[in-house]
Amino acid sequence: MSAINISAIEAGQLWSFHGGIHPPERKQLSNQTPIQTLPLSKTFVVPVKQHSGNSGEILVAVGDDVRAGQPLTQPGLQRGLPVHAPTSGTVLAIDEQPIAHPSGLTDLTITLAADGQDAWYPTTPCPDYQQLSRAELLERIQAAGIAGLGGAGFPSAQKLALQRPLEYLIINGVECEPYITADDRLMREHAAEIISGTEILMQVSGCNKALIAIEENKPEAIAIFTQLLSERAATASRIALRQVPVKYPSGGEKQLIEILTGRQVPSRGLPIDVGLLMHNVGTAFAIHQAIVLGIPLIQRVVTVTGEQVDKPGNYWVRLGTPVADLLAYAGFHETTGKAAQRVIMGGPMMGFALANLQVPVVKITNCLLLPSTTELAPAQQEMNCIRCGACADVCPAQLLPQQLQWLAKAKDYDGLEQQNLFDCIECGACAYVCPSEIPLVHYYRKAKAEIRNIAREKAKAEIARERFEARQERLEREKQERLERHRQAAEARKAAQAEAVAAGADNPQDAVQAAIARAKARKAAQAAAAAKANDSAEGESS
Amino acid sequence: MTFKIAASPHAHQRRTTTQVMRWVYLAVIPGILVHSYFFGLGIFLQLLLALLTAWICEAAVMRVRGRSVASAWQDHTAIVTAVLLAISIPSLAPWWIIVIGTAFAILVVKHVYGGVGQNLFNPAMAGYVLLLVSFPVQMTSWPIPQQLAQLQLSLADTWQLISSGYSQAGYSLEQLRSGIDGVTMATPLDSLRTDLSHQLTTAEALQKPIFGSFAGVGWGYLNLAFLLGGLVLIYQRIISWHIPAGVLLGLTVPATLLWLFNPDQSISPWLHLMSGATMLGAFFIATDPVTAATSNKGRFIFGLIIGALVMVIRTWGGYPDAVAFAVLLANMAVPVIDKYSQPLAYGHGGRT
Repeated sequence: MSAINISAIEAGQLWSFHGGIHPPERKQLSNQTPIQTLPLSKTFVVPVKQHSGNSGEILVAVGDDVRAGQPLTQPGLQRGLPVHAPTSGTVLAIDEQPIAHPSGLTDLTITLAADGQDAWYPTTPCPDYQQLSRAELLERIQAAGIAGLGGAGFPSAQKLALQRPLEYLIINGVECEPYITADDRLMREHAAEIISGTEILMQVSGCNKALIAIEENKPEAIAIFTQLLSERAATASRIALRQVPVKYPSGGEKQLIEILTGRQVPSRGLPIDVGLLMHNVGTAFAIHQAIVLGIPLIQRVVTVTGEQVDKPGNYWVRLGTPVADLLAYAGFHETTGKAAQRVIMGGPMMGFALANLQVPVVKITNCLLLPSTTELAPAQQEMNCIRCGACADVCPAQLLPQQLQWLAKAKDYDGLEQQNLFDCIECGACAYVCPSEIPLVHYYRKAKAEIRNIAREKAKAEIARERFEARQERLEREKQERLERHRQAAEARKAAQAEAVAAGADNPQDAVQAAIARAKARKAAQAAAAAKANDSAEGESS
Repeated sequence: MTFKIAASPHAHQRRTTTQVMRWVYLAVIPGILVHSYFFGLGIFLQLLLALLTAWICEAAVMRVRGRSVASAWQDHTAIVTAVLLAISIPSLAPWWIIVIGTAFAILVVKHVYGGVGQNLFNPAMAGYVLLLVSFPVQMTSWPIPQQLAQLQLSLADTWQLISSGYSQAGYSLEQLRSGIDGVTMATPLDSLRTDLSHQLTTAEALQKPIFGSFAGVGWGYLNLAFLLGGLVLIYQRIISWHIPAGVLLGLTVPATLLWLFNPDQSISPWLHLMSGATMLGAFFIATDPVTAATSNKGRFIFGLIIGALVMVIRTWGGYPDAVAFAVLLANMAVPVIDKYSQPLAYGHGGRT
């Protein structure tokens, strides 16, 4: 693999990725007002797992009083992340509740009754974090419960723990998905903290060059960063700003890497394989908060938008706040009419629909979208694919979505692997342009799940087979050992006899020989007696 | 309180398959108008018969498959098939020609394979080839351009001719196809082909009145009109440029080479491009996405094959024009083209 083209990157060159779309952005709806703070709810529902990976171990019991920022779980051995109390109050319940997930399933949650005091757990600020070692910083980032706030929710400390040579740290402020402006507002209002977080990330990862990427449709954010960087010469020599042309999905990790460096992340590989590391601006901000101020991740910016909301905008929301509370505050009114209202967590391209509003806001909740049926029309009836290829033209992964669709419908899993199904990032560009309104991404998700299931079943069957074979082997081995033991016992017995004979004892073989001799003698005697009797009888008759 | 559950993405571009199909048949209107200007009103009657047949066939299939008859027209693909076939056949052909062709295209070529999106062969062209091999006389009896004809036909005459074979005044199609000199006229490509086989040179063959204006009377303008419609489709992003460019290149490059080496006995590239069904084929027929290759690279190759086959069949084959055969042959090659033209996916070595 050739090295990345540093001189071109330093000169500010940008590359492009294949495909992409330009859906209506509708960002003005929510980015005109500063971020407001949502008043505290009466109850909070904190899922113990809000990131990709395993949950931690629960530290509290029902009835405990907790304070804002107090850890409710601790990372277990399974590389989990802790969650923290969003405010002070009492633990009401620890049970299964519906969570924000496309499946609508429940998961283990800690329900908290807020006391309204919002009293804080003691924090450990560290403004001179430069003194801390890498391990200490990682430990603090982990303890603050920070997961990637861009969407995937991967534990940030884990991502930072990989030690490989890095060329660039990329801070992703692209926010290419329509409607969402949480990162936009955060960048406008907290640029200095984001830069500080970037510097911490650079120290932790041992990378001395960073790129902050912002899409061109955020001129205010770009202006603030340009100004801040121009004021700090020392920082500007290490951190550079890149304005990325507007196109969806430029903010996808792989796509942004191609735009900024002209390289592609190898299939099934990580950015670190090509010397890059990417974090979201929200994550950089959270890391600044966690290290410099000692505040764990208990709130985030959530965009509430769509034509069915009276006060669209961005809100600081404590994690665990029920969606219903946030929507009530923002003035959500349900559409009436035949077509049902959709409540989308996330954006219009990759968000998922919520079935009920009692689910809580979690670490990866960046947006709640309440569209009217005119702005986002409900899906029409799916028609047959006419292979027009519009999907292939827009696919940022350079796949052939229509082929994948045929293969997925035919359950041709080998064909799907051959067409690189798992390189699909589920951005939805294909389904967006499909004239036949085929829910393509849905078919891919289903096929991926089926293939994973098959792999899991296969792995299980493999384990069962190995266990069976091991058992057979063990039985065979035991049988051989038993036979061997018998053989050895027999030999030992023979040897003992031989030894005994040599020592002068009666040889048992002699007794046998003697018995045989006796039996032979008796037989011979009988035979002789019989012959004699015959002879005398013949004599008498003749 | 429950809300609607839907899979992402929730946003959709507002262009449906129906709109795509509508653009296709709107873009052939210039061609239809030029066609009627040169070859009379027959085309409109053929279109009418084709659409009627297509609707009846679609409705019948929907019925048999237990779907709503109203959904027959839903995606407008049957309209496109009917329109393309009606344009392709001689405009004064008897009524049963278009009825048989359309019914075969819709019922056998499309629905027997499973309906829209499932067919292997271009329905209009498969219908055309069926007609051509079954009814060669009717399918090669092109009317002569009105500008060269002795008699002008009214709509009533045209109807009579199509429905009964004779005009109101009792002329048969064969009589009407005679020029002022009383000799039956063939299409430019047919005429040139015949003359070349009679040991005439190309220059001599081009002396006939049918070559009166550029690229043959009527045919040149007809091709220009289809080219115009095709460019509109590309501009509107209904079709991509890959297939038409492939067809035109695949036709022109070998034709030019041959013509440079042997100008006396070959068809000039200009005549290749501007005569016969070249532009209709390149922009409207070969671009049927269902039966074309999948990737853009594959589509370009698909186009090249069609263009080259058109040139080969026109030059050495048994028929004056070749678009239908070329398209069907290329349809057969699609699985192989697809296999070898799969684009390199992200992260598979392109820019690593």
